[in-house]
Amino acid sequence: MRFIFKTRYEQDIRLLKHGGQLFWYGLLMLALLLAPFGLDRFYLGELSFVFIYAIAGIGLMLLTGYTGLVSLGHAAFLSIGAYAHAFLLAQGWPFALSLPAATLITAGVGGVVAIPALRMVGIYLAIATLAFSIIVEQVVTHWESVTGGSRGLLVENVQLFGSPLTSPQTFYFLCLATVVIAMLVALNLLRSPLGRAMVAVRDSEIAARSVGINLARTKAVAFALSAGFTGLAGALLAHRTGYLAPEAFTLVVSIQLLLLVVVGGLGSLHGVIFGAVFVGLLPQGIALMRDALPPGIAQMPGLEPGIFGLILILFLLFEPTGLYGQWRKIRQFLDEFPLYRKAAHKRQKTYLRTERVR
Amino acid sequence: MENLQLLISGISQGCVYGLIALGFVLIYKATEMVNFAQGDLLMLGAFVAYTFLNIAQWPFMWGVLATLVVMALVGIVIERLLLRRMIGEPPFAALMLTIGLGFILRAFAGTVWGSEPRSLDSPLAGGVFASGDLVIGSENVAIILGTAALCLLLFLFFRFTRVGIAMQAASQNQLAAYYVGIPVKRIYSLVWAISAVIAAVAGILVAPVSLIEPQMGFFGIKAFAAAIVGGFGSLPGAIVGGLVVGISEQFAGLYLPPGFADTTAYVILLLVLFVRPEGMFSTIQRKKV
Repeated sequence: MRFIFKTRYEQDIRLLKHGGQLFWYGLLMLALLLAPFGLDRFYLGELSFVFIYAIAGIGLMLLTGYTGLVSLGHAAFLSIGAYAHAFLLAQGWPFALSLPAATLITAGVGGVVAIPALRMVGIYLAIATLAFSIIVEQVVTHWESVTGGSRGLLVENVQLFGSPLTSPQTFYFLCLATVVIAMLVALNLLRSPLGRAMVAVRDSEIAARSVGINLARTKAVAFALSAGFTGLAGALLAHRTGYLAPEAFTLVVSIQLLLLVVVGGLGSLHGVIFGAVFVGLLPQGIALMRDALPPGIAQMPGLEPGIFGLILILFLLFEPTGLYGQWRKIRQFLDEFPLYRKAAHKRQKTYLRTERVR
Repeated sequence: MENLQLLISGISQGCVYGLIALGFVLIYKATEMVNFAQGDLLMLGAFVAYTFLNIAQWPFMWGVLATLVVMALVGIVIERLLLRRMIGEPPFAALMLTIGLGFILRAFAGTVWGSEPRSLDSPLAGGVFASGDLVIGSENVAIILGTAALCLLLFLFFRFTRVGIAMQAASQNQLAAYYVGIPVKRIYSLVWAISAVIAAVAGILVAPVSLIEPQMGFFGIKAFAAAIVGGFGSLPGAIVGGLVVGISEQFAGLYLPPGFADTTAYVILLLVLFVRPEGMFSTIQRKKV
């Protein structure tokens, strides 16, 4: 067990709290940097995919986990980012300009969407974002001059540092760098006044307003940031798939992202990584499982979404704090080994919670 | 004449939306949870009816009755097993739970009945009423009449029976209802049972129009528009909202360029939320600080 005696504020907001963290995160970084030299192309591709999921997950986590606004339409931001990037590349923009531009465009759309969305509460917001994402899907299908409609849009191959992005190694490093930068941005954001305001808005809007937080501004900025991160992930996703079609960004994708933040653990950035690993590798896990199962069950149509749903329900019922919460419990159990109390993580039950009075 | 034809098919489509919205509203009013699986309950109801009517070859009335009983039990089981544990959790968790439930129901239906579309043997389908240029399919008439009958039944139930009034009390103020001795938990089970039954009725009525397949529940999402237009807390509002959405969808399909028909419901939904961010007949009050 380690106690950190804090005497200064700088200590409190330090990203790496102690040497142990430096060691373990350093080791993780080293392993990730060396991975391309030991891993198979296929697994490298899967890892890049996990990174892309993680970036989108950071976006949704900022909104849902830290600001308390539920979005059922994040697939729309993913698709806006992907299409904007592919379109700009096709117009001859260089990659280094097109990627930030796509991110900014998506953030802008997010900010604009946020303005009417701000006044909605809870369920209404979730349904409105759902409607928004379906409308975006239709717009993408019918705006053929930009998106290619249902024929789809080919993403141009790009050279990065003299190596094509189709090479798994180059793409892996690009995704790794992006996810690390995105993570650092998010971490910094969360210890800034804006991040603290977001958490305050999540915990109690009334209390937040009372201490002088501008609710509308905080929510709008959170929306824009969230959309920006997700758009960035979309732009990378465009390179991974190489071909964009409207069917790739449906409601199911939005729900997958929500699954990611819930399974990972709402309100923690560790949770994003856990969730991204989980959601990114689950299809592979199911594919492996199919071989082990009797053919009758293995060939079942819709097995994968069914398992997704089942996992979601099990987590919500038994571990609402997600994988990260579980990890923390295990850590605490080991820390306090003989003295661990069974009731240490007992959930407090509230019986009446209403949205009708805010 | 063309417009009248459109109006009638719009009303019949709108009735289906209205019925699904009715399920949303019932559950939301009582438990403040939004049931994203309502469309999938409709799908399940249609498949259960298919089992009784097509596979077991039961007579129509008995088959329908058996379907309703089975679906009521399904509703109760879902509430007891899953949703009851969600009391007191944030609304977001319950919403995610019902989304997961929808996935499971779809996978279940795909496994048991297969994913190819099927049609229901229904005496409601196939007939045609024609007068002049106007041609109305009997399935559309059945939808409209069925919805009207169901609404009347529900109205009488909530207005005159003890259970119905207890249900109203529980949805207005859960705690106060508890204090006066209403078994709120049992009421919640009953609300889910009624919602599932309404979904099953909608499923049986809509089966002749759209084929039965595991993904058919997705159009339940459009019923959100109906529920929101009608205000998420009002039962007659849900039906009115359904009619508004159904009719405007038909006319948008004729008069607007392609693509608009599919989005009409969502555009209406967003417009209503822009004007009244808390729904049309809001039950939300803002606490003054």
